[in-house]
Amino acid sequence: MSDHDHDHESSAALSNRVKTLVAQLEQRDLLTEAKLDATVETFLLKATPANGGRVVARAWVDAAFKQRLLDDASAAVAEIGIDMSHWAPVKLRAVENTDREHNVIVCTLCSCYPIALLGPSPAWYKSAEYRSRTVREPRAVLAEFGVALPPDVRINVWDSTSELRYIVVPRRPQASEGLSEAELAALVTRDGLVGTALL
Amino acid sequence: MSGIHDMGGNLGLGAVDVRDDGVGFHHEWEARVFAINRLLLERGLYTLDEFRYAIERMEPERYLAASYYERWLHAIEVLLAEKGILS
Repeated sequence: MSDHDHDHESSAALSNRVKTLVAQLEQRDLLTEAKLDATVETFLLKATPANGGRVVARAWVDAAFKQRLLDDASAAVAEIGIDMSHWAPVKLRAVENTDREHNVIVCTLCSCYPIALLGPSPAWYKSAEYRSRTVREPRAVLAEFGVALPPDVRINVWDSTSELRYIVVPRRPQASEGLSEAELAALVTRDGLVGTALL
Repeated sequence: MSGIHDMGGNLGLGAVDVRDDGVGFHHEWEARVFAINRLLLERGLYTLDEFRYAIERMEPERYLAASYYERWLHAIEVLLAEKGILS
């Protein structure tokens, strides 16, 4: 099939293309079906927003950890057993929301995203609308997510790259004083970690 | 020169469709493309930079028509062909 005689390939056609690719790679001993399945399975089990939640909850209860997280996020998340770097050298930076500043992450060039901490990215993160507009009119984009910030809160937009990715440390919810670290972690949402939701 | 992938600040786009079904991969082939890329990167057959650049080099119409993991598949196929690993 020519590459140019269609606007959009069907999912069945794409599925066949992937099958062909896998068969060719198997023939050359570059991968096996079993290894492929194991990779998908491990990834889906390990890469979830619960990881981001653990990082943020630790930062909320442990000021020294929070400082280390803000200074060198890659090292800080490694401390609690999250490996960001095992398949590509990726540096992580954590940015903290306060009563004066709100942070939101985007990738205008592709859709770079700290997948180990947040799981697979949602469709909107990869959309042309989000990628184009977040850097130009973040307040309007946040409003579309139902996030209304006071006009005096500064919005910082962080544009990710393949080498440097961001995670937002949301503000700790009010009236969460009595909660355990695990309970706090459960309050952290994926969108909160991207900056498109408040907790 | 800015390519089609360089979307920051582009004008004329509408509201973000914020709906989210919470599903990371919508088809089995998408998960497989993800895993293939990871395994090939781990084997050092190409770098993440090369992978990203292969996506950025897509023809604009094709880039815009393709879904996210379709772009990944395209990049993997292009890199393997360019490196003579697959014909």
